[in-house]
Amino acid sequence: MIHFLLKGLLRDRHRSLFPILIVIGGTMITVFTYCYLLGFGDDMIVNNAKMDTGHVKIMSRAYHELVSQIPNDLALGNSGELLGILKQEYPGMDWAARIKFGGLLDFPDEEGETRAQGPVFGIALDMLNPESAEAERMNLDGALIRGNLPQSQGEIIISEEFAQNLDVAIGDMATLITSTANGSMAIHNFIVSGTIRFGVGPLDQNAIFADISDIQYALDMENSAAEILGFFQNMIYREAEAEIIAENFNGRFSDLSDEFSPYMVTLRSQNSLGELLDMMDQRIYMTVFIFIFIMSIILWNTGLMSGIRRYGEVGVRLAIGESKREVYMSLIYESILTGIIGSIAGTMIGLGFAFYLQETGWDISGMMKGSNMLMSGVLRAKITPTAFYIGFLPGVAATMFGSMISGIGIFKRQTSQLFKELET
Amino acid sequence: MKKHILILFISACSGSVMAQNPTGVEIMDRVDSNMVIEQAVSVASMTIHARSGSRTVKSRSWTKGRDNAFVEYLSPAREKGKKMLKLGDKLWNYTPEPNDRIITISGHLLRQSLMGSDLSYEDMMENHRMTEMYDAEVTGKEEIDGRTCWALTLTAKKKDVTYHSRKVWVDSERWLPLKEERFAKSGKLLKTTVITDVFRIGERWYPKKMMFKDMLSRGKGTEYTIESIDFDVDIPDHLMSKAALRE
Repeated sequence: MIHFLLKGLLRDRHRSLFPILIVIGGTMITVFTYCYLLGFGDDMIVNNAKMDTGHVKIMSRAYHELVSQIPNDLALGNSGELLGILKQEYPGMDWAARIKFGGLLDFPDEEGETRAQGPVFGIALDMLNPESAEAERMNLDGALIRGNLPQSQGEIIISEEFAQNLDVAIGDMATLITSTANGSMAIHNFIVSGTIRFGVGPLDQNAIFADISDIQYALDMENSAAEILGFFQNMIYREAEAEIIAENFNGRFSDLSDEFSPYMVTLRSQNSLGELLDMMDQRIYMTVFIFIFIMSIILWNTGLMSGIRRYGEVGVRLAIGESKREVYMSLIYESILTGIIGSIAGTMIGLGFAFYLQETGWDISGMMKGSNMLMSGVLRAKITPTAFYIGFLPGVAATMFGSMISGIGIFKRQTSQLFKELET
Repeated sequence: MKKHILILFISACSGSVMAQNPTGVEIMDRVDSNMVIEQAVSVASMTIHARSGSRTVKSRSWTKGRDNAFVEYLSPAREKGKKMLKLGDKLWNYTPEPNDRIITISGHLLRQSLMGSDLSYEDMMENHRMTEMYDAEVTGKEEIDGRTCWALTLTAKKKDVTYHSRKVWVDSERWLPLKEERFAKSGKLLKTTVITDVFRIGERWYPKKMMFKDMLSRGKGTEYTIESIDFDVDIPDHLMSKAALRE
């Protein structure tokens, strides 16, 4: 039966080509959109994880309560020991201590008086330890515009835009004026070793990156860290695993009665990313549903047109004794075959485009100038196993649905009228 | 003779009336004569009680006139050698080697915490007569720690005063503000000060220990203790210069 129908479809291209092309188009768009939305969401997760949240993050309970204020006076003490414990107890993750800070960066003239100064937002991370993956994770090498990354203590890198605005050259001295963890005024000199540009608005305006040991000293936070971030291998966020690790860690190390005890949170529970992830999921399924709906209407219409075009053929088949049910079922089988062929082709083409966007990306940094959103300037798709079959849902179901509706007309044909109709 | 007796009688009566019910300005004048320093060298320690623990910062200050002051931090090691200079309404902060930078403290930086304490740079710079900055109104008489105090409400005369209004409880015998609440224009309580110990040098009563609390900070207050103060000193002019910061 299938072989027979397949032959019919291949030999009579007039009745198969148009539906197959529509299925290919619809499936391709569904697969590509799915991969694109997934890539967009994933990109956002990766960026947030790298810059801010990690896949899990450890803070003191008190710091966690006021995290938006970056309260370094409530930072984790004995962070070195805690890092050691984490590396031993959870070896599947990469752990990194960080300190965020704000302040003024002041550039003195030859007499030591202020020549220029501006507000900065800083991230201190482990840049000097050769075993640390932090510089690579933050893609600092790739973002470097002038000079080089800090090679020794006392060096910082700053945003290229900030450097240009304040006329700063590589090798210039910069004084960071900020508050220590105790609230005292902190004044610490650095040498600008390089400038960076991420293509991410806020970071490109006034960011500085320093080695964590320098900032620990400058902010009077020796052996303290504001946050310890944990990352899964390959930067892939595994939500269920993160939840288990957080629950396990908090059960073992966090003490409700001690506001300075460590407390672990997952990426999902930070910066409203949970809601965002849920919204992304809903949007993906909504997109797939919309495509199924639109394609059903188009294919229903196609089925109707095909039904009209094949009015005579159906009449002959009924006249020679084929039952209405058999004709109806053969049309449905035929549509399933059309759907499968179209879905395979559409999925392959959709995956091809998605693969290109996944590997090469689409550089939109030019459109993001002046944007304050913390998102990458290169859009990328993401291919997952689901992408290989998600297109079959609209491709096959919608085609079948269209045929089922349009084929109902078969049952309305009167056998007694068939010969009369065929004569005309 | 009769005339002299009459004048003495009137003076005695008016003095007695003032002792009974002095005006706000009179009370604040007495407070100013105790609190405003014309020239002094003092050593003070400041114990800052933060959420994460306490630490003590020790400093030596030179005050010359109402507008000029020089402060050198003596301990802990991290703060040792840091200096501060106030000349009129200008303030400079010096951080010694290896940073060796003089930073002007101005604008919003003046409202920042001094060494992480509950005092701001603005608080530290305050050495003006209260009667010049505030209108004072007596609101009653109250007991503070067993001492009879005049309760006053002070309202700023000018717009550029740090605190729009204050409630002050002044010891009716020693003329020291034993308790003070400082408010923003909105009526929000910003800071409280309590004098917990006093001492006397000559005719002047002066606070020995004070407790400051910034109501907007997370800390538990700052204890300020004057370990020694000498009002009878000669402070050289060159100390009140930017060059002295690097000396």
